[in-house]
Amino acid sequence: MQTRLQEMKESALGQISQVTDSTQLQDLRVKYLGKKGELTELLRGMGSLSPEERPLVGQLVNEVREALEAAFTQKQSALDEAVLHAKLASQTIDVTLPGRPVPTGTMHPLSRIIEEIEDIFIGLGFEIAEGPEVEMDHFNFEMLNLPKNHPARDMQDSFYVTDEILLRTHTSPVQARTMLKKQGDTPVKIICPGKVYRRDDDDATHSHQFTQIEGLVVDKGIGMSDLKGTLLTFAKQMFGPTQQVRLRPSFFPFTEPSAEVDLQCFNCGGDGCRVCKQTGWIEILGSGMVHPRVLEMAGYDPQEVSGFAFGMGVERIAMLKYGVEDIRHFYTNDVRFLRQFNRA
Amino acid sequence: MKVSYQWLSEYVDLSGITPHELAEKLTRSGIEVDAVESRNAGVSNVVIGYVKERSKHPDADRLNVCIVDVGQEQDLQIVCGAPNVAQGQKVVVALVGAHLPGDLKIKRSKLRGVESQGMICSAKELGLNDKLLAKDQQEGIMVLPEDAEIGMDAVSYLGMDDYVLELGLTPNRSDCLSMLGVAHEVAAIYGKEVMFPAIEIEENGEANPVQVRIDAKEECHQYHGRHFTDAKIASSPQWMKNRLMAAGMRPINNVVDVTNYVLLEYGQPLHAFDASQVADRSIVVRLAHEGEEIVTLDDQNRKLDAQTLLITDPQKGLAIAGVMGGANSEINDDTKEIILEAAWFTPQTVRSTSRKLGMRTEGCVRWEKGVDPLRVKEAGERAAALIQQLSGAKVSRGVATNVVQEGEAAVVSITLEKINQHLGTSLNASEVSPIFDRLQFPYQVEGSKWTVTVPTRRGDITLPEDLVEEVARLYGYDKIPTSLPTGVTTQGQLTADQQLRRTIRRHLIGAGLHEAISYALVSPERVEDVAGLHEGQTNPVALLMPMSEEHSVLRTSLLPSLLSTVAYNKNRQNHDVSIFELGRVFLQRENVLKELPEERVYVGGAMTGQWMPQNWMGAKQPVDFYQLKGVVESLLHALGIQHVTYKAASDLAGMHPGRTAEVWAEENRLGFLGQVHPGTEKAYDLTETYVFQLDLAKLGEAASDVGHYNQLPKFPAVTRDLALVVNRDVSAGMLQATIREAAGELLESLTLFDVYTGERIAQDKKSMAFSLVFRHPERTLQDEEIQQVTTAVIEALKTATGAELRM
Repeated sequence: MQTRLQEMKESALGQISQVTDSTQLQDLRVKYLGKKGELTELLRGMGSLSPEERPLVGQLVNEVREALEAAFTQKQSALDEAVLHAKLASQTIDVTLPGRPVPTGTMHPLSRIIEEIEDIFIGLGFEIAEGPEVEMDHFNFEMLNLPKNHPARDMQDSFYVTDEILLRTHTSPVQARTMLKKQGDTPVKIICPGKVYRRDDDDATHSHQFTQIEGLVVDKGIGMSDLKGTLLTFAKQMFGPTQQVRLRPSFFPFTEPSAEVDLQCFNCGGDGCRVCKQTGWIEILGSGMVHPRVLEMAGYDPQEVSGFAFGMGVERIAMLKYGVEDIRHFYTNDVRFLRQFNRA
Repeated sequence: MKVSYQWLSEYVDLSGITPHELAEKLTRSGIEVDAVESRNAGVSNVVIGYVKERSKHPDADRLNVCIVDVGQEQDLQIVCGAPNVAQGQKVVVALVGAHLPGDLKIKRSKLRGVESQGMICSAKELGLNDKLLAKDQQEGIMVLPEDAEIGMDAVSYLGMDDYVLELGLTPNRSDCLSMLGVAHEVAAIYGKEVMFPAIEIEENGEANPVQVRIDAKEECHQYHGRHFTDAKIASSPQWMKNRLMAAGMRPINNVVDVTNYVLLEYGQPLHAFDASQVADRSIVVRLAHEGEEIVTLDDQNRKLDAQTLLITDPQKGLAIAGVMGGANSEINDDTKEIILEAAWFTPQTVRSTSRKLGMRTEGCVRWEKGVDPLRVKEAGERAAALIQQLSGAKVSRGVATNVVQEGEAAVVSITLEKINQHLGTSLNASEVSPIFDRLQFPYQVEGSKWTVTVPTRRGDITLPEDLVEEVARLYGYDKIPTSLPTGVTTQGQLTADQQLRRTIRRHLIGAGLHEAISYALVSPERVEDVAGLHEGQTNPVALLMPMSEEHSVLRTSLLPSLLSTVAYNKNRQNHDVSIFELGRVFLQRENVLKELPEERVYVGGAMTGQWMPQNWMGAKQPVDFYQLKGVVESLLHALGIQHVTYKAASDLAGMHPGRTAEVWAEENRLGFLGQVHPGTEKAYDLTETYVFQLDLAKLGEAASDVGHYNQLPKFPAVTRDLALVVNRDVSAGMLQATIREAAGELLESLTLFDVYTGERIAQDKKSMAFSLVFRHPERTLQDEEIQQVTTAVIEALKTATGAELRM
């Protein structure tokens, strides 16, 4: 009996190892372990054994059963895995083919710059103020210390609609309007982005319509050092932490003292290159301390409060930052141009 | 203003300061130097020569053979082609080895067999700007005055070893429109003295016969007349020509040149009259009679109005004050007797006259910005001395002077506290006083308060803040510290409107559209062609003086901008275009604008060509109405705008009557979308193009935030599909509205999943299949309930639209 068990085990294991598919394996299982299988048949023969032999043989039968069960399970997994392998192999695709296109748009480069600047100043506690693009002469010029016949009006030839109404030539009237609305409240901390218009023939560097961002701070005890510090903070955030600012005396009718602000050339980092005409500096902003007459006209007492203002051309920054050679690209919207500003 | 470095060094010591260093210093302290240019365009090894002999070339009619003394042991033989070369001339000789502009190198050579040991030069060959050359030096070789020294370096003789600093002056610094003004600035920067020119006049004539009367006392505040006899009009000496040319002025004759020279030196415009043409030697300064005429120096007949200030004699006009002299009293070669005018006219009068007449001379520029009233007479005397020196004239005794009022120096006070507060500095008094000293501003100081008497040359300084700027720029902007504003903390944030614009921008970019920004000024015909969103009549805001028809009115709709952009792209072979713009339109309700026009922000988009880029899966997807509508729907969805309906609109200008819908949110008309009318497409030269335009303020009103979430359902939903056959004119919108109405609250969602026309149904019919999902929030629905609702829906559809279930 024991010998037969041993022989059966050997032969069964041998057959299992030869099996190549699940059906054969199932058949073998029935043959050996099924209700009418060989092992069951052998068990039936146990009755003829002596009481001493029975436990020994019983134990042996169980061992054989377990060994076979294990072999069947193992073989089944091996077969399953082979099938899966074959299936996966048959599903192979060319992963280098391009994906299904998802059309994505782009933000206009001027919007990118404006939003970036807005966000920096929002972080510094500024609000964003806006005003009409068609403006009264009064707000565009007179409130900014540019009375009629002022020679500085030559600096910006304008598009008039009537004798008193024109397309604004700068975003500064928004400053005047905001201060008037605040009725003497402090602090005033605003930036004013927007479109402006001047009588210029359109060419690579001139546009009759362009974009400005101006800033204004009015409060007690504001000094020119605050202007310098604010612009330095802005420059570092916008153009990198090693940025420097340089102020040069200048003139604007609505500020006194006035300053042109140069930033380190962001093309060469200050070493001197074609972009900065070998100076290492690029003129980016006009700025100054708000002229006392401007404060007065807007309802603030220049003895009590002071302020600074600054303004920059968005196109100029975009042209420098992205190397755009022709300002007209911003307004003709060639999609081959727009598509390049595609970083989220 | 062009400043000759050599000339400037006569008024202020520039030793040890190079032109470029000077330029940098000036720029950093407020006078921007745009360029520093050498007057030498590449000339070397040229000397002054004397033509001893001139003979015809034996073999060439047009050439001359000259023997020229250049101060060397041996005279040079030079072949010269210029017809004006003559014996006895002083000329400029480029020696063998000389360089001339344009990389020209002079070599010993043979011309038609005759040796030439150099070249006699024309002014042009020396790189001098021929527009600035005196008439007698424009043609042929340059002939120098007799006193030119033989053998002298011609570069230095012609002032070509000089540098010119070109100043880009801001309008407030008109004081630097003069050499002395610049000298003051340089002296302040370097802490040096200004050296004024010596004025020496020998009054060797008769008594001055000139009478001056000022009738226009508002416009003319002073007038000084010098009188000369026995003047000899000739060309100016080379040193004066050099300086005038360096400043960009053309030398004319010794008298006119002096007036220009002093204009540059003092910033004081002067005028010289031929006194023999001035009746009674009597000057009357008055306003012109309306319609009075005068022929100016440029031979133009000018018709004047009653605001024009005129210099006259008792019979006629002699000059338009401050603008231009008259032809009748012009200095000419035969002039012997001269009246020299040094006067002060108000900036406004010169400015308005020069504008009206469209004449802007160097003098006008200075008048407009304001001339120093305290230096008028001095400048006149300086010119008188020079005229005497250069023309040999006799100066009559005395100056005919009439002064209505003299200028007054402004007195401005400033405290140390104010300076430090305004600059954020911590200067002390001993640092501030020296700055006023350097500026040569007289002051009195009491404690830490300065009372400064501002010289009239600096008319720009009237307020304490102006003095703060003077202190700041001479102290150095670089030394001002940096700080951030202290004080109340403020919260920076976007307004709801600004946030809305950003949300829309981001959404449309995510939806595959490129953001465009266009010109707001468009052509009037484009505005009339297309619909806007405004209600009622509006006129486009029109410019008084447009630069072109194409940009002459402000847009009332975004469509002209969008369609022009699509057309621009199409012309560049960009056929697939999907763009949007967020921008303002301008609505003028009145016929004549008195108030500001209404400005509204719209968002508009345009789509044409293929929606999907070409790809290997082959599926092309041309843009159609529903592609565009999908973009708009997704935008409205993202803004939380509910109860949106689309109403067919057949009468919007520029839009296809059968393929356009107005977008409504309840009673709120948000805008429209659809296909551009084929006629308009043709006008812009477009292919099939779809557009939308929505009013931002209305989107803002209809928008909503995410509210309370809906609890996830606990009970199952039941789905019923209905395939309906209807007449072709029945719209999906009608069916959906009817279904919703009839199904009531149990209907959770309704989806149209198929639209069919074709062989399998009647020709005048179409089939639309809807999926209806029903759910009760608190229990499982029974079959009977669903059946009841479905039956009611079918009945309602039948009644309202004649729909039949498709079998």
